[in-house]
Amino acid sequence: MIKTVLTVDDSRTMRDMLMLALVEAGYRVIQAVDGIDGLETLSAEGADVVITDINMPRMDGFGFIEGARADPRYRATPILVLTTESDAVKKQRARDAGATGWIVKPFDPVKLVDAVRRVAA
Amino acid sequence: MTDAVDPFEAIKVVFFQECDELLGDLETGLLAIQSGSADDETIHAVFRAVHSVKGGAGAFGLDDLVRFAHVFETLLDELRAGRRPCDEPTLNALLRAADVLADHVAAARGQGAPVEPARSAGLVAELEALTHGDVAPVAETVVETVAPLPVEADEFGFKPIAFDLSSLDAPAVAEPSGGWRIVLHPHAQMYAKANETGLLLRELARLGPVAVSLDTSALPDLAEMSPEDAYLSWTIELTGPVDEAAVREVFDFVEADCDLSVRPLDSVATPLPVAQTTPDLDIAALLARATADVPAQPEPAPVVAIPFPTPAPEPVPVAARVQATPTPAATPAPAQAPAAAPTPPAAVTIRVDLERVDRLINVVGELVIQQAMLAQRVTESGLARSSGISVGLEDLELLTREIQDSVMAIRAQPVKSVFQRMPRLVREVGEMTGKRVRLVTAGEDTEVDKTVVERLAEPITHMLRNAIDHGLESPDDRVAAGKPAEGTVKLVALHRSGRIVIEISDDGRGINRERVKGIAAAKGLIADDADLSDEEIDNLIFLPGFSTAETISDVSGRGVGMDVVKRSIQALGGRISIASNPGKGSTFTLSLPLTLAVLDGMVVAAAEQTLVAPLTAIVESLTPRVQDVHHVGGHDAVIRFRDEFVPLIDVALNMGFRDTPVPPSTGVAVVIETEAGFRAALLFDAIQGQRQVVIKSLETNYQQVEGVAAATILGDGRVALILDVDAIVATARRKTTRPELKLAS
Repeated sequence: MIKTVLTVDDSRTMRDMLMLALVEAGYRVIQAVDGIDGLETLSAEGADVVITDINMPRMDGFGFIEGARADPRYRATPILVLTTESDAVKKQRARDAGATGWIVKPFDPVKLVDAVRRVAA
Repeated sequence: MTDAVDPFEAIKVVFFQECDELLGDLETGLLAIQSGSADDETIHAVFRAVHSVKGGAGAFGLDDLVRFAHVFETLLDELRAGRRPCDEPTLNALLRAADVLADHVAAARGQGAPVEPARSAGLVAELEALTHGDVAPVAETVVETVAPLPVEADEFGFKPIAFDLSSLDAPAVAEPSGGWRIVLHPHAQMYAKANETGLLLRELARLGPVAVSLDTSALPDLAEMSPEDAYLSWTIELTGPVDEAAVREVFDFVEADCDLSVRPLDSVATPLPVAQTTPDLDIAALLARATADVPAQPEPAPVVAIPFPTPAPEPVPVAARVQATPTPAATPAPAQAPAAAPTPPAAVTIRVDLERVDRLINVVGELVIQQAMLAQRVTESGLARSSGISVGLEDLELLTREIQDSVMAIRAQPVKSVFQRMPRLVREVGEMTGKRVRLVTAGEDTEVDKTVVERLAEPITHMLRNAIDHGLESPDDRVAAGKPAEGTVKLVALHRSGRIVIEISDDGRGINRERVKGIAAAKGLIADDADLSDEEIDNLIFLPGFSTAETISDVSGRGVGMDVVKRSIQALGGRISIASNPGKGSTFTLSLPLTLAVLDGMVVAAAEQTLVAPLTAIVESLTPRVQDVHHVGGHDAVIRFRDEFVPLIDVALNMGFRDTPVPPSTGVAVVIETEAGFRAALLFDAIQGQRQVVIKSLETNYQQVEGVAAATILGDGRVALILDVDAIVATARRKTTRPELKLAS
């Protein structure tokens, strides 16, 4: 069955890049532009894996992850954090919020797809 | 066309488009901070802009851009965290950094020269000094700080990567080794983050043959068991030539949430212990357990995803944590969760290829012409106005017009995109000329046709340069003249009677009319003894070949003068005028049509020719009475119009349609007002009606003819010229003698 990946990123460039790599790898991709949009899209369409940016307007990635984890439907949905910040503090905050894993930008499409595959049931 | 484009290149195009928007946001945000109108969100938005530029640039391996953005972003991060004050020097550095960032983007895009390394490095040093709270760097430190940059960038994980989709299936790299014994004891936290042991085992199995044993010895009695807790641990023996890093990488997401030991097989003497409850599990069976069999085991991992025999309690720890976060509003209420899913956010904008819009506009243009032709046929057929066909046709006309307006609105864009570029220009020109300038803008949201917006940048740039370079005095001179040392340049956009008006004003010295006149005479543009009004002198600067700068400066002397500005504005169907007040400043006013596609016009006849006069210029029309028309100076006619005399211009004569004048009383006088507010009466033979006409440019095929703005196709299929009334009046005024004209003004 084709798996759906929700990408949450305010940058169109980044959304397009994720789309390109993931579609090429055989995933269906749906998109959201910030945390609030992400929660709404997740609620409306569901997803097998979520990839989210951290720095976004309206609601950042931390808020998004916490919001998703608070909903029983998405407690077991893998959420990967996509961010240029490789600093330990940000990573720890994302983990505390409930992130399953992370992808460091600029992402290598091979690693991206690999990370998605690793967490996708 | 776009289908054939490499998707990666297509994304790059998107990236640069996004960069334009981000750079705009960046500048807007910084200026808001500078003016004190920023709120808490502004600095975050500014940070995000630079951050996003960096993110995209990293993906495309644009190293220079990434490095610069990184240093820029680091300082912004300090500021948004409140660790550094955003004071005046910092803000100045940020504004200049925004400029350099824009240059880096332009260079990466291939639209600009590479950024001078010294300029970039100097600013990098400055930003770093501000980040670390050092004193402003001296020249030597600039050099020092350049070298370590690539290293730092590497530490940050920024290495250009090749985006090769064919390599997606690359197998995991394996180094020779005897194999590994891995002991994994997940914590409850690991499951709370949606990591699953089954998936980790699946990953390990990809590296080589595995033997797994499950330790259930920690399992409590069912009554004491918490479904949120983790009780199981696994011992996995992985054989084959796999290096340790590859094994550890499997666990990198979970290593903080589990007890993990990875030891070489040969160093472990004891064989894999016989599992107490599940001996000899092979990987397939284990995977089956990890998914399908989980309900049989009190293993909490996938409880949410699949039915669980005991009711799964609310995720207390997670929920409690969420309530403590500052973003409760965005947390979906559990009560609402099972109900109908909320609708996804409505898409407020869509991106449409401009070509498609233009095709639509062209077709609608044809529709307007066709509709006009049909109306003409119906009129000619002698049908009564009250007939069904005529009434239906009228409705059709209304609808056509509405379609046209709607289509035009699609192409309308705020002038903001052009205005946003100007603060930088003003800063740079101010620096170059040693003048202190404040730019005030207003009406950025005023909308006008996309093409007009695009072509406005050049003339506005040029006029702002002029305003600062020639208009404003040096700070000392200003103080001496009793003005504030800082000059003000205003850039304002507004809608006025169906056109967009752009005003560029300064509070400088105004036009030195004596000097302008002297130069014009010296260059042979006017007679030495020409008697000119102030307004006429001011307008001399628009003449080709006129340049007031005695020495061509770097700033505004780029080989083009105001004549070029005027021509580019005219090419858009626009007009430019100047009002200058010596000692107080000058105001340039650009007036442009909102659209380049249609025009409301008055169809008139002159010497067998059908012409169209733009309705916006027309004040009223009248039939000249013999006693109202006077000839002054022997041949120049003026007409009395509401207690004033205005020049009466015979258009047919003026445009060479006929050689001899006709008595004015046989025609119709249309009183028009020029952009500068000057009134004149144009004499035509007859008025044929008002009509919306589709503008067809003549300039692709013909030279610009003074007095003719464009052409159109009328309802009966005839081609009619659209008049440029301002140009006609200007031509007529040049031909007349001066003193009599004073009568009119």
